[in-house]
Amino acid sequence: MPRRPRPWEAPPRPVWEEKPSRAGLAGKGLVLLLACLGILFPLWIVVVTSLSSRRSIDEAGGLVMIPKDITFVAYQELLSGGQVTRAALVSIGVTLVGTLFSMAVSVLCAYGLSRSGSLGHRWILMVLLATMFFSAGLIPTYLLVQSLGLTDSYLALILPSAISVFNILVLRGFFMGISQELIDSARIDGAGDLRILWRIVLPLSRAVVAVITLFYAVGYWSAWFNASLYLNDQDMLPLQNVMIQLVQKQEAPVGLGQAIKTGELSGLAVQMAVMVMALLPVAVLSPFVQRHFRKGMLTGAVKG
Amino acid sequence: MSHSTVPRTRAEADATKKTPAASGDATGPDGGRRQPGKPPSLRLRFRRDRVLLLMTLPAVLLVLLFNYVPILGNVVAFQEYDPYLSDNGIVSILHSPWVGLENFQRIFEDSAFWNSVRNTLVLFLLQLVLYFPIPIALALLINSVVRPRVRAISQAILYLPHFFSWVLVIAVFQQLLGGAGLLSQLLRDHGYDGLGVMTDPDTFKFLVTAQSVWKDAGWGIIVFLAALASVSPDLYEAAAMDGANRWRRMWHVTLPALRPVIALLLVLRVGDALTVGFEQILLQRDAVGPGAAEVLDTFVWWNGVRNQDFGYAAAAGLVKGVISLGLVLVANKVAHLMGEQGVYKK
Repeated sequence: MPRRPRPWEAPPRPVWEEKPSRAGLAGKGLVLLLACLGILFPLWIVVVTSLSSRRSIDEAGGLVMIPKDITFVAYQELLSGGQVTRAALVSIGVTLVGTLFSMAVSVLCAYGLSRSGSLGHRWILMVLLATMFFSAGLIPTYLLVQSLGLTDSYLALILPSAISVFNILVLRGFFMGISQELIDSARIDGAGDLRILWRIVLPLSRAVVAVITLFYAVGYWSAWFNASLYLNDQDMLPLQNVMIQLVQKQEAPVGLGQAIKTGELSGLAVQMAVMVMALLPVAVLSPFVQRHFRKGMLTGAVKG
Repeated sequence: MSHSTVPRTRAEADATKKTPAASGDATGPDGGRRQPGKPPSLRLRFRRDRVLLLMTLPAVLLVLLFNYVPILGNVVAFQEYDPYLSDNGIVSILHSPWVGLENFQRIFEDSAFWNSVRNTLVLFLLQLVLYFPIPIALALLINSVVRPRVRAISQAILYLPHFFSWVLVIAVFQQLLGGAGLLSQLLRDHGYDGLGVMTDPDTFKFLVTAQSVWKDAGWGIIVFLAALASVSPDLYEAAAMDGANRWRRMWHVTLPALRPVIALLLVLRVGDALTVGFEQILLQRDAVGPGAAEVLDTFVWWNGVRNQDFGYAAAAGLVKGVISLGLVLVANKVAHLMGEQGVYKK
């Protein structure tokens, strides 16, 4: 019996396929390597600079490429209370609550629409689908949110963009693929729709649920526009908005200006540390979900 | 629970007709009253599916409230809307005077509006030419890599920037290419002048395209990889037997497999032509000035949110929305004519 190929080995080539040329292989590898470096190199610089002491940043004349005297001062300073700490907590809170809310609403809706032949599911689907073709526009939405009294409330960051119809369609597509017999047998055993969803459908859909959860979470974590529209209070701003002020307008966060002026801390390291705080959760989480991406995107997207 | 006893589809109903004994009707809420063979009445179907309907309710309410109700708010495009009439926007709408098409007239005479239209279209074309082919090429490249570990690692890296916020992507670009960034730093170290790529209006559109490529080109390969994975290896083998070399096989097997996906994505892109990177451009608008950076979306934002000229901004938004909808429909029609499926089935 032939040995199964190890993960790092190339699988056996079919006999009809030409042997790849050395130049071809090298060229391919080079392009791929350059593409990956193009993504990783900027991130590397950001991380390294955020960990550098003021002295090594001054020596490098700016951004640091090779790590030397690693220090966590910038992070300590940012996380010891103050504007950035508060903004990070706001972002975490909004992301947690928002993702939970979005997932609950989306999963329920997707299951409700996934049992074909149920009353009105075609109509409801059309109402949802239509929103993918038009948008009401920024100004009327802005006026509506204001009229609802959501201004200066965290609800304004969650409710207006709580669900994505695309995500619901992906979930629905996956739910529809679950075998009808399984659901029928549960029903015969006396399970209602909610119990079927919770006990059978959800456990079978872990992959796609993970993907969609990540999508929603990233959406909430990355959002800044709603906050800039609807929040006037500086203390309520999430991390992304504080990052704009810090990186683009070169304003030091409240409470840190003094430390930077007196030279204990490099302003550049602080900027980089905030950027790392913004990218860290995403960079840590997404690889875990990565192997499910294709499955998740496929069920809804390509087949429509 | 009553719903389990009533067939959900016409097909199931027909099946019930043939074997009434197996349908379990006798235990249902209406016992044997229902005529076998007739589709269940609306009332009955409602009773059966009420849990399912209840489940969709929160999502439907959210969509109605935040996607459909604001459509009505577009009436401010025909008003001299005054936000100070009341604290509540809806009350203000009721009290604002009507001006007919005056706002639209003003828009069409406004050179800033036409400038934003021009910028939008130029950006769209740039993205179509410089951005659109890259994921296809990358997908072909990755697909031809046979080692699973190399594939997995490079995919993980390529997907990553898609999950970064625009604020972060722009901050990264600023650190590399900005006036105080790495590139300028290197140039200055070697005795040249620094570069201000981030603030240069002439190259701004290329910068925006480059940012899009960096952020999303890797993510874009997923759909193409999926399409490639579904190609039957038999086709390749048959082509090879017929004497097709590697390039021939790509031309006659691989690319045709990608055709429907490419058509679909093209349609989506054309439909979205007037929406090019709102957040991304809004974040950089101040650095390069509206002359180069204003697109339709930022035009609406600037006039409405910033200048509080709500009627004017809403009118511009309405024009954009109507043209966008038209573009989607036309693009989809074209896709159908080309024999592709498009976004929705006909």
